[in-house]
Amino acid sequence: MAAALRIAGLKKSFGGLPAIADVTLEVAEGERRLIIGPNGAGKTTLFNLLTGDLSRDAGSITLFGEEVARLSTWRRCHRGLARTYQIITLFPKDTLEHNVALSLLGLSRRRWSMFGRLPASFYADAREVLARVGLEKVASRPIAEVAYGEKRRVEIAMALAQKPRVLLLDEPLAGLSREERGQLKSLIAGIPRETTVVMIEHDMDTALDLADRITVLHYGRVIVEGTRAEVVADPKTREVYLGH
Amino acid sequence: MKTPLAVIVLAALLPLLAGEYYINLASQIVIFAVFAASINLLLGYGGLATLGHAAYLGVAAYLSAFLYLKLQLAHWAIAPLALIGTTLMAGVFGLVALRATGLGFLMLTLALSQVLWGTAYRWVSVTDGDNGLRGLARPMPFGINMNEAMPFYYFVLVIGVFAIWMMARFVSSPFGATLRGTRDQPRRMSALGYDVWLIRWITFIYAGFWGAVSGLLFVYYHKYIHPVSLSLANSAEGLLAVIAGGSGTLAGPIVGAAIVLLLKNWASAYIERWNMLLGFVFVFIVVLMPEGVVPGVKRLWQRRSASRG
Amino acid sequence: MQYWAIQTLNSLALGGLLFLLAAGFSLIFGLMRIANLTHGALFMLGAYIGVSVMRQWPNLWFAALAAGAAVAIFGGLLERFILRQIGGNVLGQVLVTLGVSFIIADACLLTWGGDPIPIPTPPLLQMPVRIGSFIFPAYRLAVVGIAVVVAIALYLLMERTRLGAMIRAGVDDPQMASAVGIPVSRLFSTVFCLGAALAGAGGVIGGPILSAYPGLDADMLPLALIVVILGGAGSLLGAFVGAFITGFVYTFGVALLPDLAYVILFLPMILVIAFRPRGLFGKFAA
Repeated sequence: MAAALRIAGLKKSFGGLPAIADVTLEVAEGERRLIIGPNGAGKTTLFNLLTGDLSRDAGSITLFGEEVARLSTWRRCHRGLARTYQIITLFPKDTLEHNVALSLLGLSRRRWSMFGRLPASFYADAREVLARVGLEKVASRPIAEVAYGEKRRVEIAMALAQKPRVLLLDEPLAGLSREERGQLKSLIAGIPRETTVVMIEHDMDTALDLADRITVLHYGRVIVEGTRAEVVADPKTREVYLGH
Repeated sequence: MKTPLAVIVLAALLPLLAGEYYINLASQIVIFAVFAASINLLLGYGGLATLGHAAYLGVAAYLSAFLYLKLQLAHWAIAPLALIGTTLMAGVFGLVALRATGLGFLMLTLALSQVLWGTAYRWVSVTDGDNGLRGLARPMPFGINMNEAMPFYYFVLVIGVFAIWMMARFVSSPFGATLRGTRDQPRRMSALGYDVWLIRWITFIYAGFWGAVSGLLFVYYHKYIHPVSLSLANSAEGLLAVIAGGSGTLAGPIVGAAIVLLLKNWASAYIERWNMLLGFVFVFIVVLMPEGVVPGVKRLWQRRSASRG
Repeated sequence: MQYWAIQTLNSLALGGLLFLLAAGFSLIFGLMRIANLTHGALFMLGAYIGVSVMRQWPNLWFAALAAGAAVAIFGGLLERFILRQIGGNVLGQVLVTLGVSFIIADACLLTWGGDPIPIPTPPLLQMPVRIGSFIFPAYRLAVVGIAVVVAIALYLLMERTRLGAMIRAGVDDPQMASAVGIPVSRLFSTVFCLGAALAGAGGVIGGPILSAYPGLDADMLPLALIVVILGGAGSLLGAFVGAFITGFVYTFGVALLPDLAYVILFLPMILVIAFRPRGLFGKFAA
């Protein structure tokens, strides 16, 4: 399988402090990759560098063989990269379907239409995506009026609506109840294999089941990488997590 | 659709009921409403607070007066030239001002327009400096004499309604939805595939264009243009109208324009100090009624009808 | 040659005045994220207060101190009783300062009338100074000297005192500053008063060159804005360098192309914005 995402020699520091000291990794097409590491390991910074929210100091990022590190965020999205946010980043006054419709519109040429109307098909498609995450009943409610767990699912629905080739999930389970985590887990497990998934998650019990391979990040470096069994068995993982 | 139609019908009937003084006042309100609505595109829908919008009103007015008085061109040629010139300037100013957002954007728009204001005073060979450019005649579309209050009012009303309708369509289009998105969550919008900068720049130019249209109407009305029309106070009055009426709503700038002009007009009968009153109104509105009059009244109305039902 | 030497000195003098004005604006903006649009009006208010003080006690330096103190008190009241009420509403704060600047301008017009009021140069500095073959007005040299002394004093205040360390911490990261126990509220008031005092005293010191007249506020505010845009918000060095660049560009613009002096002000601003949007020495993007 070809590499969906290849990162080489990626570096980023803030005011002299390296957040990403040197990261090289490769994610195969269709793979489910879990990225773990203690707080401050640089996980979210890594995502922000991948999407272009932050600009890198050095290194390369290739998406299906194409160098994207110099492209702006919105261009990377059009190359098939989508993400969710650890801190809910939705449009609170708008309805769920409007949120998802915005996501659909982002990849459509119609987003430049200045005097027309948004075709109803966008809302129909949005409701279809919302149905996939079990939110069809509240599709016409404003984001501000739905529960936290439902907002988490809207985050994922917005990313899925774009049928991304690579999907970055930043702590999709954060703050959810056990039951909600179960629901979301099967939702993530059901993402078609055309989409490569890279996920940051603290909830190991749930996340480890979803992952094909796991990368452990520590102080902005990859210290362990492998299958679940390999990573769990590696003494360096224990060292990071247990402090031995 | 009912309310806008009712407002237009009432506005069209006004000359039958009111005398010349009020017809002229109504013309000024329509012109000011177009100006305020163009500010609202940036402030209300784009989240971009501009303190330099008088630049577009003033430059379009100056261009018209200059071309008419000094180059003796005809109105049919002047109007497009003034609009194109001002819109191009908006494009350049947008390139500069949109290097920043938030307060930086505000300071850049203010600095850019203040530079024009200072130039209008000093570039006497073109602007006649503090005397202003005087002596422009109103255009005569289809040979209609526009020097009477009533025909001019209808002229302004037709253009004003068209302008506000075009701005209303703009904000309710897919592009308008993306513009509101960039106001609320610019980072997410980039991640969703939107070129946030370009969206803002296009809106900046579009707002500059309608600001220029209000400037043409302004100079037709007064037949005179003075540097004070480029001043910070003029930009601030427009911004105040938007905020007083309620930013990010279609009716807001229209209501706000009426409030500010009626207040100004009423006050001028009793006191000489409009600027001081303007200052106090600013402080009052921001401290006590930050959401604006239209949303405030709407909220009260909803509460009332909710308690009934 | 004499003409250009004088223009150079005029540039320096204007730069010095702009520094007095812009240093406070920049610090307030950097620390509190308030674009204080009253700053031009405070400069003018200072000049007018100076006029009144000098009618009683004809001493420019005393008048400058008195006007600085009076304007500082005014600024403190504005900060504490209005701006603080709407903390967090960034646009609201700007609009309130704008509204207050209209009120000040109109109140000055009401109190002191519409005619320009000259402020006399101190007798000791009325003699021209001869340096080599050039003759300079002594007062303008003194203004440059005052600006440099104030700049050094502010530098020492920022770098060598506890207050300065707290201000620097606040400019760098306001949230962190309040988290580590810096009394942000008192700090804000102090900096706002200091900025207002500099503007007010600056108005009096500028008086013998500019006079006090209605519209002085609107003439000074854009120059101060351009200084801060050039130099970068929150940076004392930026205000210093930006002030002298602006002083030179404006003075030579007026001398060479009087019609378009303001347009020439565009150029350095656009250059800086194009290549360094945060300004020459800015710590953050405004």
